[in-house]
Amino acid sequence: MPAIEILGLEKTYSVGFWRKRQKRALLPLQLTVEDGEIFGFLGPNGAGKTTTLKLLMGLVFPTAGSARILGHEWTEPSVKAQIGFLPEQPYFYDYLTAHELLEYYGQLSGVPARQRKQRVEQVLEKVGLRDVQGVQLRKFSKGMLQRVGIGQAILHDPKLVFFDEPMSGLDPMGRREVRDLMEQLKHEGKTVFFSTHILSDAEALCDRVAIIHKGELRGVGAIEDLTSSVQGKVEVVWQGTQVPASVKALGAECHVTGDRVRAIIAENQQDAMIDVLRRERQRLTAITPVRTSLEAYFVEKLKRAETTAGTTA
Amino acid sequence: MRTRIAYIASNTFREAVRDRVLYNLIAFALLLSGAAILVGQISIEIEKLVVINLGLTAVSLFGVVIAIFIGIGLVSKEIEKRTLYTVLSRPVRRWEFIVGKFFGLAGTLVVNTFFMAIGVFAALFYVSHKFVRADALILVALYFIILEFLIICSLTLLFSSFSSPLLSAVFAFSLFVIGSFAEDLRNFAGMATGITHWLVTGVAYLVPNFSAFNVITSVAHEQPVAGQLILQNTLYALFYATMALSGAVLIFDRRDLK
Repeated sequence: MPAIEILGLEKTYSVGFWRKRQKRALLPLQLTVEDGEIFGFLGPNGAGKTTTLKLLMGLVFPTAGSARILGHEWTEPSVKAQIGFLPEQPYFYDYLTAHELLEYYGQLSGVPARQRKQRVEQVLEKVGLRDVQGVQLRKFSKGMLQRVGIGQAILHDPKLVFFDEPMSGLDPMGRREVRDLMEQLKHEGKTVFFSTHILSDAEALCDRVAIIHKGELRGVGAIEDLTSSVQGKVEVVWQGTQVPASVKALGAECHVTGDRVRAIIAENQQDAMIDVLRRERQRLTAITPVRTSLEAYFVEKLKRAETTAGTTA
Repeated sequence: MRTRIAYIASNTFREAVRDRVLYNLIAFALLLSGAAILVGQISIEIEKLVVINLGLTAVSLFGVVIAIFIGIGLVSKEIEKRTLYTVLSRPVRRWEFIVGKFFGLAGTLVVNTFFMAIGVFAALFYVSHKFVRADALILVALYFIILEFLIICSLTLLFSSFSSPLLSAVFAFSLFVIGSFAEDLRNFAGMATGITHWLVTGVAYLVPNFSAFNVITSVAHEQPVAGQLILQNTLYALFYATMALSGAVLIFDRRDLK
């Protein structure tokens, strides 16, 4: 059973005061997230990531479509007892201490009183806030608030956790800790769905990713599968101090460092490049495949989307 | 369900206490003790009348101001600061949130009124040196003030569910002022003719009739309050507050939290 099935959810907002305009925040979205995976939801700012999460959380209502979470209709209140949610740049009741806040959320999530106290202690320990549990949140830094946010999302031991930009505002150590926590959640058999625009985080963590841009899904799959679909490149290195004109003619991107020349060319130009270097009597040193990163895939997808939009217009 | 409402109500109460809302009690105590000492010196025979009038009016006004200024932010502030996201992503229904907020605010006002009532009785004891049986009527006036607060709480929540805090404050305060003159409005409707009659009658019955809750002057003159009025006011306040809360729930239930 998939953890999340999004069945054509879409959202159009009416904007403007007198003359209402329709703004499509999310085009019909079809997406399935399998049980137990870490799923990255990627896209630039304003792509529709947060709108999707808000729709799934019932914070905004869809214009059309539906979803199933853990096998149930996503609007069923019982489903919410099994999911955790960290909003983007979370803000909490700052008159409460970290302990009181988690206690309150535990109450609302229906965690039985006997387990609640123990669970709050465990979570405070897990997110590294045990020493400051009695301090009011108004005295917390942004990073500490993010930890509180993560704490409240996992407090009731949910089967599925939604994180909206979880690394936002964290220092490198904090980001590392969140990554570790997400991996730990996966090992505990939980499903993690997180949105981010930081691709290195997605690359390091995700089993699968989806890319969304201007409210439209542009690609979904395992990172290796997605990146392999982008035409590969190779780096060719030879001894020399000048770039022959015939090499430039192949469209190579060349850099001269000391007595070596490095050229990046498309994989399908590799044989032609070798022939040119032989003819020019250059001494070849190395040919290395350049690994296509998720970033390259992402940029290509966005560029393609822009081009398509330009052509259509 | 009931427990979730209770948790939300208790958190709302805690917010009010920690945001030092009850500090108004200090201002109230100062006002009342100052007034008691002053009237003790300048008025003859009517000290008690002045203290009851002044005390109960202050209880009512302080409470109304608190109800409006907390109430207007109860929903809109939670949306603006996005604290609502982590509440509604839990098994909490939107109507439970509204009802919980209502009880939290009402509870704050009841506690506030309780302490202010102690102040009124203390000032009364200071000027008359004893309590008489008729002083119990003050409790009826206080009960009516609390009923008035319930209506104001529900109205501020209704406005807060769809408009900004500033507009909510303007709407709520305007309704309080118009509602305080509801009887006059009804009298005017009786005198008017044609479309004006129907229009004014409609408005007069739509706005909350706060003038029916004001028994301060008669209580100060030790005139008894009819049991029927107590029953009528209780039913009216509960009906009006329920209607306003239902409106708030209906609006909030359909609202996108952008």
